[in-house]
Amino acid sequence: MCVTCGCSDDNSGVRISNLEDTHTHTLPDGTTITHTHTHSHPLDNGNSTTNIKASELQDLELKNLELENSEGNSKIYPKIHSKIHGTTLSIEENILSKNNLRAVQNKEWFTQKNIFALNLMSSPGSGKTTLLAKTINDLKNQLVINVIEGDQETINDAQKIRETGCSVVQINTGTGCHLDAEMIEKGLQELNPPVNSVVMIENVGNLVCPALFDLGETCKVVILSVTEGDDKPIKYPHIFRNSDVMVITKIDLLPYVNFDIERCIEYAQQVNPDIQIFQVSVVNESGLKSWYEWLKDKII
Amino acid sequence: MHELGITQNIVAIVTECAEGRKVQRVLLEIGKLSAIMPDAVRFCFDVISQNTVLEAAKLEIIETNGIAKCLRCENEFSVDKPFGKCSCGSNEINLIAGEELKIKEIEIEEICV
Repeated sequence: MCVTCGCSDDNSGVRISNLEDTHTHTLPDGTTITHTHTHSHPLDNGNSTTNIKASELQDLELKNLELENSEGNSKIYPKIHSKIHGTTLSIEENILSKNNLRAVQNKEWFTQKNIFALNLMSSPGSGKTTLLAKTINDLKNQLVINVIEGDQETINDAQKIRETGCSVVQINTGTGCHLDAEMIEKGLQELNPPVNSVVMIENVGNLVCPALFDLGETCKVVILSVTEGDDKPIKYPHIFRNSDVMVITKIDLLPYVNFDIERCIEYAQQVNPDIQIFQVSVVNESGLKSWYEWLKDKII
Repeated sequence: MHELGITQNIVAIVTECAEGRKVQRVLLEIGKLSAIMPDAVRFCFDVISQNTVLEAAKLEIIETNGIAKCLRCENEFSVDKPFGKCSCGSNEINLIAGEELKIKEIEIEEICV
């Protein structure tokens, strides 16, 4: 009998060889097991009546198993098979399932506390931290905003945010190129944000990896500055497709850069027809009002 | 670069399922729209599987093609990027294949008695 699935072989006779015998079993818990038996038992002259229990057999050396007949020294072989073989387990598990499970837990936590959590994603240098600091300063009398900062190294961004007076937790990912749900769970334990508030999660500057890792946030926001290429939405479609909102920053620089904002918006809508778009400048404050109104609507 | 983290997840999940037994083969399904490069996973797998029950395991990867379904006319068509335009002119689509990121099956060393 197979110790994994309980399948039994025919014990009535010696099988000379049995190559590539594949069979499938469904276990009581629903798991499907398919495995191959690749055994080759030398012929034993019909004398092998030895029966060995599975528990005993496990204690024996299985390779080149040879037993001595009690009546003499001639070698006999057990008629039951006893070989190492491959058992295929059907798993069908999402590689990101652990992260996704934690993300669901984070999401529930946010919902229970009526916290609006934003996951801010962009390439490095798009002005995430500047927009964040400006937003917090301008809305500090209207909204409670706390921040989780993600960077590979340094607490520089957290210090900048801390100067606004809000609570901030810095997560340094070291070699990691994105935040994941477990980091957020730990960050939230440190941050302990109050009910009816906003949590801004500033992801590691990167337009590739953060798109894959759900944090349990309420809203994904991708930030793109006009000093970058206007074709970023189709160059990095995953992150733009997965985001709910795109914020185009540094629009005060539009006269000086070769950035076609209409084309950028067209590309973004091509990738994600439902994406909501804001165009802002922290320097001349254009467009900030509609960004603030949108944020406030999410909490009240 | 995220393939490193992805591969760490693969090794962790398979190790758990194998319950101490040696793993001979791992079969993954990676969609062509999943933003994961199979070659990078293979490279990371060789490194990360060292000194684990997966050390000698053969890594097999099924790469699934991208298929989109138009939300307007329900037409299904192939896509090689995670967006596209249907022949009816709409770009409102659902990706119905190509985003898979799965461990499909593993083969473990088993003593069959």
